[in-house]
Amino acid sequence: MSGVSDFLRSYLTVGWFGIAAVALAGLLLWVSSLVRPSRPGHEKLLTYESGVDPVGEGWSQSQVRYYIFALLFVVFDVEVVFIFPWATQLERYGTFGLVEMGVFVFVLLLGLVYAWRKGVLRWV
Amino acid sequence: MMSMFAVEVPYWGQSLLRVLGGIVAVLLPAGTIVYVFLFKMMSFMQSRLGPMEAGPYGSLQLVAEVGKWLQKEDIIPERADARIFKMAPIVVLVSTFLLVAVVPFGPDAWFTNFEVGIFYALAVSSLSVLGILMAGWASANKYSLLGGLRAAGQLIAYELPMVLAVIGVVIQAGTMNLQQIVVAQNSGSIFGFDGLGNPYIFTQFVGFVVFMIAIQAELTQAPFDMPIAESELVSGYMTEYSGFRFLIFFIGEFATAGVFSLLTSVLFLGGWGVPFAWFGWTDVDSVANWMNVVGPVIMITKMMLIAFIIMWVRFSSPRFREDQLQRFAWKVLIPVSLGNIALTSIFKVVM
Repeated sequence: MSGVSDFLRSYLTVGWFGIAAVALAGLLLWVSSLVRPSRPGHEKLLTYESGVDPVGEGWSQSQVRYYIFALLFVVFDVEVVFIFPWATQLERYGTFGLVEMGVFVFVLLLGLVYAWRKGVLRWV
Repeated sequence: MMSMFAVEVPYWGQSLLRVLGGIVAVLLPAGTIVYVFLFKMMSFMQSRLGPMEAGPYGSLQLVAEVGKWLQKEDIIPERADARIFKMAPIVVLVSTFLLVAVVPFGPDAWFTNFEVGIFYALAVSSLSVLGILMAGWASANKYSLLGGLRAAGQLIAYELPMVLAVIGVVIQAGTMNLQQIVVAQNSGSIFGFDGLGNPYIFTQFVGFVVFMIAIQAELTQAPFDMPIAESELVSGYMTEYSGFRFLIFFIGEFATAGVFSLLTSVLFLGGWGVPFAWFGWTDVDSVANWMNVVGPVIMITKMMLIAFIIMWVRFSSPRFREDQLQRFAWKVLIPVSLGNIALTSIFKVVM
């Protein structure tokens, strides 16, 4: 009871939940392994492509548009990390906090407008 | 959680009870949603009866399904990256369990009571993307890879409107702790009338709508089901999964729908509480003990209501196109939710 703070104990509970999920999945898969058949064959283990034998590799490189969306996402996600603590204390900051955050969001919004005008928000 | 029994339970006992409660809180909503909505409601909406054979009105269908899936062969394709292929469904399930850990069910009936509760919830909810990407990549299948990448692109695009919609609630409540958000709603008043409390669905209606759209996309339910589109990608990242591993994905999907419904009810519908004015309560310490029993029931009721809306939209709308999806997120939802934040903060400071 002593020594570990409630704060750390909450995170320990999260750890237990993670372990419980793995244990539950493991248990169910183990039970399943007792009753399910296992008759592997070359045809059965073939990659499924609607009945046609697979052509080429299943792994390939993905297009650049994913990278641009990921970049935009990071920009706005970091913004959100800053907004959250500000949001809880807004009553104390008052007008000063409002103007301050207004400037911050405005600068980021310019980034979105720039991306919009550049046409990178189109998924083509 | 334990004070309702008026006995001191040692820490390991508390943890065990919490974990058992967590398993119930994951599996019960998943099972209920699948039976009531996926089996029955969808059938009635399509003028058929749905499962009728197993038990009265097919109520034991789920037991039969699990029994069936347990006996299915566990197929791992030759070309697949076997280790990651096996891990992927478990990662999705873990993300669901971590998410439910933060939902409060009553004044003392909580699993964890983080000061930054909603922040934590938003952080772990995006863990499931990892599992989906792992599944898509490890299958070594073109459909799966496309589905996995679509899922990743969709989830990061809709993560933002969801988070921005929550900020409106955080500004109004002045806290990120989910328990205090519930208390703030139920002890609040609308223009001095406190018979309803102040559920944020009224003041944050725009945020609520954006949040509902965003979770629809996060859960990859139609009209946002491009990652698993049956008719073009053959279930996308789940194409190669069979047997119990597929079932774990399935449980994860509907359990996450349940947990997101619970979170929505906490953020916008007042969570486990009843308006405190009814019984003259002032804060969380003065709430009567019986709320620990009634609270979960209220939560389940609200969860069913939200899940009903999610499933209703799912059953009755056609699929978006991939470019429409991205355009909608970046050009409509994000500006709208930013405007919502601006309005909310101005109201908060001026009034």
